[in-house]
Order: sequence, then structure tokens, then C-alpha cells
Amino acid sequence: MIDALNRALRKVPTWPLYLAALLPPAWYFYAAVTGRLGIDPVKAMEHKIGLLGLQILIASLCVTPLRKYLGLNLLKFRRALGLIAFFYIALHLLVWIVLDVQIPSQIIADIYKRPYITIGMAGFALMIPLAATSYNAAIRKLGKNWRRLHKLVYPAVLLGGVHFVMLRKGWQIEPLAYLLIAVLVLLVRFPRKVPQKRFRMS
Amino acid sequence: QQMPQFDIKGFDTTEEPNSFEEISGYNNFYEFGTGKDDPARYASALTTDPWAVEIDGLVERPGSYGLGDILAKMDIDERVYRFRCVEAWSMVIPWNGFELRQLLELAGVQPSAKYVRFETLFRPEEMRGQRSPILDWPYVEGLRLDEAMHPLTFMATGLYGKELPNQNGAPLRLVVPWKYGFKSIKSVVKITLQEKQPVNTWKATNHREYGFYSNVNPEVSHPRWSQASERRIGAGVFASRIATVKFNGYEEQVGDLYRGMDLSKNY
Repeated sequence: MIDALNRALRKVPTWPLYLAALLPPAWYFYAAVTGRLGIDPVKAMEHKIGLLGLQILIASLCVTPLRKYLGLNLLKFRRALGLIAFFYIALHLLVWIVLDVQIPSQIIADIYKRPYITIGMAGFALMIPLAATSYNAAIRKLGKNWRRLHKLVYPAVLLGGVHFVMLRKGWQIEPLAYLLIAVLVLLVRFPRKVPQKRFRMS
Repeated sequence: QQMPQFDIKGFDTTEEPNSFEEISGYNNFYEFGTGKDDPARYASALTTDPWAVEIDGLVERPGSYGLGDILAKMDIDERVYRFRCVEAWSMVIPWNGFELRQLLELAGVQPSAKYVRFETLFRPEEMRGQRSPILDWPYVEGLRLDEAMHPLTFMATGLYGKELPNQNGAPLRLVVPWKYGFKSIKSVVKITLQEKQPVNTWKATNHREYGFYSNVNPEVSHPRWSQASERRIGAGVFASRIATVKFNGYEEQVGDLYRGMDLSKNY
């Protein structure tokens, strides 16, 4: 069945993903301006787009484990997922800067004085070189270094998860669940070296 | 950033109040969930009748005071107060209720009392948020006695002349307009007069971020939110932030309570 699915997926183009990715933020913006996004539309937009960015980023990191453990090949969609995640996180930042905080001095102060914002910004900063080297010529030019460079997505997703945990007051379940999932999709990439003892114990 | 245009006339701000829908649809009341719309969605499960407030500690007449008996003795007033959340958003709210001082006088405050401790109802069967350990339930808040006796310090029982919605802390909640919103404890069931400063829930959760006093103060930065400015709920997607005012605009009324205190230490 997986083989049939892989064969079918080979015929699916990736460009509709980019188009579809424009729909949620366009809808949020329209809904916010027309009063359909709740009582605090600025925060709603900021949070919804940010969460979407984290979700797509995690989805892009599921491509490798899905191939490794299920044989499902989604590799051709990975670049689109990564770029869409970057696009959403950039929009999340833009909403925060333009509609939420607004005041330049306060934006700068927030970035270096408030740990959850510092961490979120660091995660975003790590994604910039990845987005900038996502086209074919860059992949060819960087060769082996491209793979190395793109491992930056590992700390980026962890910083995103930690940012989400920290921005909520108290220890809340939803952001902790996202952080846990981010940790898991990273852990499954590393082969376990000493599995035997562990198995016997359980 | 805009400077807010307002006057405090008597007890009321001259600003336009937020709508009933805004005030009752956007709440922090973790007893019903951590989302801003969770309280409006889930607070109808709370039974607010019968309701009694236990008043104990350093009072002349300790005991359980039925809400009906309390209300029969109080003059219900309307107060249009500014409301500033520590998360840097704000509203203007027309409350109905009475001064806390009246309630404390009903129980008779002993001279040795220095602080007032408040407690919210703990009833996880009806307050679904209390089933998870987000905070150390029940929610506790406190005031210094002179703050509690101040004529601005209010016990709200209504909103826009209607019964107080459950999500806003029915049937009886504290409102302290010059302090961050979390000081204004909701659904109060217990009031204790005591000598020692009570430990409020948010301070117990994170004492670096939340203090006992929690007076609105743009000069005292918070590790999580700059307190220099705020967003007025309901102002629209493209509205400018407005400057936050010391003591939320009530400095003339309450500044004397803190004369000589270092407000960056007593945050």
C-alpha cells in the first residue's frame, strides 16, 4: 500500500502547496479586519500564524522519520514545508512588530530583555540561512555543507517550542505537548547505540 | 504611541466603556481554562446561588455571610473603571457593586489587622480549569488594609447594570483599578483579616514576575511584558498603542498610600 501511495505521490506537483499556504494568513487578516477573529484580533492573528509556523516546521521534520520507519516518501514536499514554515514565522514576527508592539524602541528592548522573545527571535534567525539556501543552485553549490547547514532546523524547532512554552503563563499542557513532539521528531533521527540493555529491563 | 485622553470624575473615567460582549468575552480566569475565550465558554457550569462569604481572622464578627444578606445592607453603585491587565492590554469597564470597606465594616475589623487575604471558590466539578495544576488552587490574593479600605476598592456584583457574568467572577469579585488585573480576584468565598502579608497565587507561582503590590507602573519593567504601553481592547487591528499611566491613572487618589516606598522593589 505504501508503494502505491509513493507512486501516486510522485505524480502530485508541489506548487499547489505554496498557493494553499497563502490561504490561512489571508483569511486571518480578512477575518481580523472584519471583526471575525474574536475580541483581540491582533493577538489572535499573531498566535494563530505563529502556531501554524511551528506545526508546519514540525511537519517538515516528520518527512525523514516517515521514510525511515514507514517507507513513505514525502521528500519532494520537504522544501515546500520548510519554506512555508519560514513564511508563517516571518509573518508572525511581522504582526508582532507592526500591529502589536509597534514602538521601535520597545521592540528592540523586548528582543534582548525578554527571554521568551529572545529565544523566539534566535529560532527565527537560525531559519534565515536555511530559507536563503533552499533553491537548487545553492544546494548544488554547497554540496555536503548544505546538509550540515540545514541541521540548524533542529535547534530552530526546539527554540520555537521553548518560546511557545515560555510565552504562556505557568506550565501549560498545549505548548509542552508541542515541545515534546519537537523533541521526539528529533530523537527518532538518531540511531540508538545501546538498545539491548534497555529492552531487557522493560 | 498615543497619550490616553481621560479624566477621573468622581470615581469614573471619562473614557468610552468597552462593550458588554468584549468585557464578558475576553477574560483571564484560569479556573475555567487558560484561553481568553475559555471562561465565556465554560463558566456557565458554575453555580452561584446559594453563595456565602466566610469572613474570619482578626474581625469582631467572624462567620459565614450569605450573599443575599450582604447585598441587603449595601448601597449598589456604578463605577466606570479603567482596567489594565499585566499582559499589557486594557479595557474600560462599568461595574456595579459596593465598596469593600462596607463589607469589612460589616464584619468589624480589629485594630491589629494589617492585611486582607481573599480566596476564590475551589470547586473542580464546576470549574474545569481547577482539574489541572496550572496554579496552586484555590486562587489567593491580598491587599494591605489601607488599600482594602480605600474608596476606589470595590466589590463588583454586576456589569452594565446586569448580573455579573460568571466568566467575570460572579457573583462577587474584587476590583482594584490601580493594580494589574490579576489582583482583582474573582468569585470570592473567603476573606481573612490578618497581621501577616498574605502570599498571592501569582507571586507564589513566580515571585520574580509577580509581586504583592502589583501596582500599574510604566516605570517598573516586567520580565515578560514591557509595562510602558498597552493595547486597548476593541480599538481595532490598526489602533496605536496607548501609554500606560502610573497607578493606571489613579495616582491622585492612591499615590499617598505608597509615599516613601521604593516601587521598583515593592512591585
